[in-house]
Amino acid sequence: MKKLLLSAFLVLCASAVAEVPSTVAIRNAKIVTVSGAVIAKGTVIIRGGLIDAVGENVAVPADAWVVDGEGMTVYPGLIDGLSTVGIAGAAPAAAAAGGGRGGRGTPATPATPTAPAAQAAPAERSWGPEDRPQTTSWLLAADEIQAGDRRVETVRGAGFTTAVTFPTRGIFGGQGSIIDLVSGEKAAEMILVPAAGQYIAMGRGGGFGGGGGGGGGFPSSLMGIIAYVRQVYLDADHYRLVKEAYAKDPRGMQRPEYDRALEGVLASKRILLPANRLVEIDRMLRFGAELKQPMILYGARDAYLPEAADLLKKANATVLLSLKWPTAPVRSPDAEDTDTLRMLEQRDKAPTAPAVLQKAGIKYALYADGLDAPRDFQRAVKKAIDNGLSREDALRALTLSPAEIYGVADRVGSIEKGKIANLVLTKGDIFDDRTTVVMVFVDGKKYTPAETAAPGGRGGASTDDPGPGGNR
Amino acid sequence: MKKTLLAVLVTLGPLCAETIVIQNATVMTVGSKGTFKGSVVVKDGKIAEVGEKVMVPAGATVIDAGGQYLIPGIIDCHSHIAGDGGINEGSVSVSSMVNIRDIINPDDIAIYRALAGGVTTANILHGSANAIGGMTLPLKMRWGKSAQEMIFAGATPGIKFALGENPKRSGNPQGGRGTAVPVARYPATRMGVEDVIREAFNDAKGYKAEWDAYDALVARGEHPLAPRVDLKLQALKEVLENKRYVHVHCYRADEILMMIRVADDVGFKVRTFQHVLEGYKVAKEIAAHGAGASTFSDWWAYKIEAIDAIPFNATLMMKKGIVVSLNSDDAELMRHLNTEAGKAMKYGGATETEALAMVTLNPAKQLGIDKTVGSIEVGKDADLVLYDGFPLSDFAKVQKVLIDGTVYFDRDKELVAQAAKEAEKKRLIDKEKASQQRTQPVRRPNQ
Repeated sequence: MKKLLLSAFLVLCASAVAEVPSTVAIRNAKIVTVSGAVIAKGTVIIRGGLIDAVGENVAVPADAWVVDGEGMTVYPGLIDGLSTVGIAGAAPAAAAAGGGRGGRGTPATPATPTAPAAQAAPAERSWGPEDRPQTTSWLLAADEIQAGDRRVETVRGAGFTTAVTFPTRGIFGGQGSIIDLVSGEKAAEMILVPAAGQYIAMGRGGGFGGGGGGGGGFPSSLMGIIAYVRQVYLDADHYRLVKEAYAKDPRGMQRPEYDRALEGVLASKRILLPANRLVEIDRMLRFGAELKQPMILYGARDAYLPEAADLLKKANATVLLSLKWPTAPVRSPDAEDTDTLRMLEQRDKAPTAPAVLQKAGIKYALYADGLDAPRDFQRAVKKAIDNGLSREDALRALTLSPAEIYGVADRVGSIEKGKIANLVLTKGDIFDDRTTVVMVFVDGKKYTPAETAAPGGRGGASTDDPGPGGNR
Repeated sequence: MKKTLLAVLVTLGPLCAETIVIQNATVMTVGSKGTFKGSVVVKDGKIAEVGEKVMVPAGATVIDAGGQYLIPGIIDCHSHIAGDGGINEGSVSVSSMVNIRDIINPDDIAIYRALAGGVTTANILHGSANAIGGMTLPLKMRWGKSAQEMIFAGATPGIKFALGENPKRSGNPQGGRGTAVPVARYPATRMGVEDVIREAFNDAKGYKAEWDAYDALVARGEHPLAPRVDLKLQALKEVLENKRYVHVHCYRADEILMMIRVADDVGFKVRTFQHVLEGYKVAKEIAAHGAGASTFSDWWAYKIEAIDAIPFNATLMMKKGIVVSLNSDDAELMRHLNTEAGKAMKYGGATETEALAMVTLNPAKQLGIDKTVGSIEVGKDADLVLYDGFPLSDFAKVQKVLIDGTVYFDRDKELVAQAAKEAEKKRLIDKEKASQQRTQPVRRPNQ
């Protein structure tokens, strides 16, 4: 009867609509806890947005809404470690604009992940580091989140319940925030951690004429960007010292001038640096060490190379690995193959990177890199699995590992008593491209992804659905 | 099949430094031993012995040159290869905060091609978009190594200055180039270029004074707040302290004289004038300043300021006592600098050794690295090039290139490896096509 009621309810809410049953019991389901052993058949109790109990023999409370999980699997909600979801106007690809223009495998374009050029702020022409060009380091994603972003619902359809979402404009984009993917009235409900780290991008500028970069002016080259970031950290150090001295004894001392760019930098407890190619991985590992900042490298396309894995291991690096694998450019069938051996090797081997990092014992997480549609995302993860990554490791790299990297493993990332009730209920393995995501719980709120397209079809859940709050 | 391929690819990598004896070679040392027929012994990456008759150390690898020519590795004093993301920070008139060191790209195929042309060291310069450009440094062409491993250890770093048309027209709509730039960038005249350099050094002197005062207080045991580090002025402070070489892009005699006056006024030395096509007109003044000159053999007339050039420039400057080198400024020209040197024999009558020195010992002197490279002398780095014929001829082909006693290019092995690379490429293309056909229908062009 209850089941019938539930189904009826599902039909009524064709799109993802959150309900707020305060207590939910999912029973008879396979439970993949990630932090502990898999429970072949067990029960998860959700109460007040938290996981109240999990185990084989857990009593179902009388007031619980019961979901019969027979033949289904419960996973912790997936975490996208680098995203722009919820940020209005952000391109779907948080970090791969450099490759998004069809040339991801082309060495001629440095595949440094960048903010899309079109988004670069039309700033005044900058005449040097002192103008703080392309810098909004003081921004917090939390303050930019649009509760009604339709992408929230789309990525939830793939099983994402949490995202670390970043403002990605310019060089110092601002700090990312960890958000739970609830669809609500207020963005504030989504925020898990408002300040999760500073996003730094290193797009390439114009060069000779000096017209590159956002709005023209300095910096217009990669070396200019690097010099700029270096100068900002030198300035931040100096600024901090002067402010401390002034706070101690302001008498007889000129007051330090307020610099919001440096305030934003000093407030960031970690930085994200872009590195796809081997040379970039080498360069950014050195640069991060020079800046003396806790850092995460993002992109990491060449991490499949033994030299890259060695460097990362030696540096004890933390890596966010993009799931957007390099692909062959679209050519007409009779076009000549112009790809170099290196590019071909890269396309062939890039999806082995997760397995390589896993084997090397490097701290890493996978991120969707703008692959919003559930099918695209699932195929990308499947490709890593087909290239040597175990399903368990793939799941961990999208749940507990990103939670650990951002220091929120005490809240999310696994199915444990007391953690936030972020859960995914599927029919089939979560990374199979024929899997059905039956329900998603975020903060204990239940969402039902819209009917997925038939296997082999395009797209995933509810991308055409306005969804809650999608009326802008 | 895969295994043999792997074996081939592995042998492609540079062989480890070992004891090598190159026997039966025509050795053009460009050094004290002149040119002779004999042997060179390489040990621990250095030249251990040079002579007509040498003892072959036990376990040494012997390379019989069969009468072929052995010369010191070629040094290019002006190159822009091996950089990532642009070699000009042209947005500002003084971009001395940027550093080529930050953007070395060891994957640039131009490195391998230069190596195959006998180049073992190249001075990687910032471009000429602005009066004071970025920081620069020499690299060794250690193909296959990382960016850091390519850096020429111990070499004095440099900075690029530029005079004339490039700095005054780039970023300046009136100048013709870069008309899309919304706001013009000062300067637009040669007067302005001079002013930019003088102003920058005024600032740098103030900056230096501030830091000198701070350092003095610290030396007295006090703990003052350190001044702000300004990367732009820091590089110029290093110039004032003779810790950084100034390489000046220039063409015309008048601007060369201007630069010498400015340097004398400010109190630094120009290490090299680059391009310096009218250097022959002011050779005495350049020699008196103590600067080197790095020029082209016979490349000019690509713009107005490069009009009044003659192929005798290099030898005329040499005869006035200037250390002269011939450079490439170009990834293609870089591959045959030996023939560029040969032209100095035709135009102006340089001797073989004098000509060869223009691409080996002289650029080494200009870069301050002649204690370790530039000629075949005992104790210097074993950077050697073996040619199958007279190296200043168009017909000579590079057979082997050693850097620090390690073979980084071997023509025979390269030719063999090419087939294996082609096969591997075909395998990967076929594999990719097969997987594409599995996942998507074949698209056919419209009939």
